[in-house]
Amino acid sequence: MSPAIQLTDVTTSYENNVVFTHLSLQIHSGQFVGIVGPTGCGKTTLLKTILGIQTVFSGTVLLNGKPVNRVSHKRIGYIPQLESIDWSFPVTVEEVIMMGLYAGKRLIPWQSKEERERIKELAAKLGIYNCLQQHIAHTSGGQRQRAFLARALISNPQFLVLDEPTSGVDIKTQHEVLHLLGDINNQGMTIILTTHDLNAVASHLPWVICFNNRIVAEGHPGDIFTNEVLRQTYGSDIIIVKHGDYHLIANSTPLKLNSNSN
Amino acid sequence: MQFLLEPFYYAFFQHGLIAAILVGALCGLIGVHVVLRGMSYVGHGLSHAAFGGAVIGFVLSINFYIGAGIMGLSAAIIINQLTKNKKIKSDAAIGIVTTAVFAMGVVVISQQRNLNKSLDAALFGNILGISDNDLIIIGIVTVVTAIVMFFSYRPLLFASFDQEAAQIFGIKTEGMQLLFSLLLTLSVIVAMNIVGVTMIAAALIMPAMTARMLTDRFSVMQLYSVLIGVIMGACGMYSSYFFNVASGATIVLFGALIFCLAVLVRNIRERIALRKNFHRHGNLIHSHSHPHHTHIASEKNSVTAESTKE
Repeated sequence: MSPAIQLTDVTTSYENNVVFTHLSLQIHSGQFVGIVGPTGCGKTTLLKTILGIQTVFSGTVLLNGKPVNRVSHKRIGYIPQLESIDWSFPVTVEEVIMMGLYAGKRLIPWQSKEERERIKELAAKLGIYNCLQQHIAHTSGGQRQRAFLARALISNPQFLVLDEPTSGVDIKTQHEVLHLLGDINNQGMTIILTTHDLNAVASHLPWVICFNNRIVAEGHPGDIFTNEVLRQTYGSDIIIVKHGDYHLIANSTPLKLNSNSN
Repeated sequence: MQFLLEPFYYAFFQHGLIAAILVGALCGLIGVHVVLRGMSYVGHGLSHAAFGGAVIGFVLSINFYIGAGIMGLSAAIIINQLTKNKKIKSDAAIGIVTTAVFAMGVVVISQQRNLNKSLDAALFGNILGISDNDLIIIGIVTVVTAIVMFFSYRPLLFASFDQEAAQIFGIKTEGMQLLFSLLLTLSVIVAMNIVGVTMIAAALIMPAMTARMLTDRFSVMQLYSVLIGVIMGACGMYSSYFFNVASGATIVLFGALIFCLAVLVRNIRERIALRKNFHRHGNLIHSHSHPHHTHIASEKNSVTAESTKE
């Protein structure tokens, strides 16, 4: 059986700078994968390559065995970095979710009965039914993530791609979002996300790719979060504390404060 | 009563009123996306490019709309192409392209000194000189824009809100951007005769910004913006007759007045909502302004409803 996502010998660039060369990667159907790496290492470019919106100089990107540009957009659900959203834009939670259906064939602005039912059903499932009519900026961080998740899920995609879903949210929301994604993954959805939060990855994700313009290592966080792999990925020493099944990752060079600062 | 109905007996006023209402609705319709896409400067720039085209067209004995249309649309397409790969920012591209076309018009004016009066209408608006042909053209542009925007409501909204995600979800965002630029250029050209080059940006932005003050819902904002555009056009035109002042400027001033009222209404609404959410328990004041039960407790001076926002 061919992998759900297959990159073979892919070379791509961003603003005339080569981001990665001859990259090969396979992600199988139903996997829940986190991509970690330092800022500017090409994580977002890798996501865009998988999503088919990045110009590829050489190599192939296949989704379910088909070139990505020939795959129906309905098969891919995408959640952008929430920090890139203009929160003053006048849209309610309901309108945000509706956008997931806007690439469809319906040209009439208002919702059909089926669309309305689908939104209500999904919103109830994700726990945001009560805030459907609220302006998106008037919701909490967790509700915003759920609203964008609903937008991505409303067309029943096969893949879910998230760019930094844990950034800019508190630790409780982070935990909620990752558990929600875990539940969705348990129902068979293939999920790929990027994150800077190594601890969240270590405690929630079954598979991780350490990336720095190339794949440094991939596997279960417990197996690949080693000093050597993290040094190669981030270029600095990182302490890994193991406690039972848990891994705590911290920078090994704490800030030295002036004694007068106390 | 007779006094109040007096202007309606004149054909020039009837034409002007219809034109002001149509252009008000058109600016209200398209202005929503202009404001939300942060393209306010585009409307201003395109009107300058269209003016340059109108001058060149005048010298070449070409119809005003054709001259302004060709140069305006060309400028819109060039700006689109220049900003496509994001290496040149849109404000810089607009500044270069539209000012260059405007400068061409100024050069032509300086050579053909007899043009000055004929083009005053384009610069400052000449709503009282609207002909039947002008009305037909304004009507066609308004209807076409309304139809196109109705059927592209969904992709346009998504592309305005989150262009990259819209592209990933399968919306032809580049096509949408080009379509919108073309509609905007046509709107700017027909609005030039009403409010003039110098005030088009205000006519495009005011209805949409006023509507934004009154609602947080896009569909309602779109509707309010059109209504406010119509009210602005009709009331501005009507009052200009009695005060015997320039109609274009009166329409814009009327728009500014409605905007100020809308800001006031929003502030009052926010204060009322804030008061509703306050609860006092002894010395402690707390608020829970949203139905997701986010409770905030703090001292009197630091409590605001905004606390629940991020």
